[in-house]
Amino acid sequence: MNTIFYVTAAVAIVSSIMAITNRNAIHALLFLIISLLSVSVVFYIIGAPLIAALEVIVYAGAIMVLFIFVVMMLNIGMEEETEKQWLTPKMWILPVILATVLLGIFIYVSREFKFENTSADIIDPRHVGISLFTTYLIAVELAAVLLLAGIVGAYHLGKPKKKIIHRFLIKAPSDIKGNMQK
Amino acid sequence: MVTVSMEIQILFAGLLFLIGMVGFLVRRNIIFMLMSIEIMLNSAALVFVIAGSHWMQADGQVMFIFILTVSAAEVSVGLALTLQMYHHYKTLDADALRKLRDNKLNENL
Repeated sequence: MNTIFYVTAAVAIVSSIMAITNRNAIHALLFLIISLLSVSVVFYIIGAPLIAALEVIVYAGAIMVLFIFVVMMLNIGMEEETEKQWLTPKMWILPVILATVLLGIFIYVSREFKFENTSADIIDPRHVGISLFTTYLIAVELAAVLLLAGIVGAYHLGKPKKKIIHRFLIKAPSDIKGNMQK
Repeated sequence: MVTVSMEIQILFAGLLFLIGMVGFLVRRNIIFMLMSIEIMLNSAALVFVIAGSHWMQADGQVMFIFILTVSAAEVSVGLALTLQMYHHYKTLDADALRKLRDNKLNENL
């Protein structure tokens, strides 16, 4: 089991790195899907089968398809030249240094504070559901409101812009002349 | 079940978060920035689930479901904004959006 964890963790990290360094948007999205799938395997191993299924269905199935549709609608590909100018190796230096410093702090903290080892076991989806609909009921309703706001916002921003013409300008000039004679 | 120590599991989640952060800082294509945000949200949710499985509580998984909701709403609005940006500016470069920049201030600096 531990080997599976290490292998899937390595796959997730490598495919995430490939996703952010790739120039082609579709290839990067496919790498990101691989990363999400391996994270879902990790979820399954550490005893969260419901979350593993949700990760595959919602993240890899719905959100990534949304991304792919947008990339297809925008028909990217001509962008690669400008992107090539931006992605010089010099651009990577400062962010990677910052991330390495943070990683060092992270390793230091995780060495310093030991967690006592409890034997992890599978948490039933039943317990998750009971907790979701009793303790966290208000949060579920707030999440519903948030999703509604997301739908309305995406619809409003995504709809094509209407051309607004003043009602006087729609009429032909002859009509205006006729009105003036009256 | 897996017996990898919790430090290593959290280190894995932190590494994923840092990869997402570097991607967000480096890339200027707005679709890649959104993808990096997805990686970061996913790794944050991973920490919740790891902690929940460590202390045998269902709350971590509940919190994952909420983070999933938030990221779905964020991505739908973000991609709609990306489409609008492409209609207005004909580019996905995030640096093209600088109408709010104060030119006079920048010249003095």
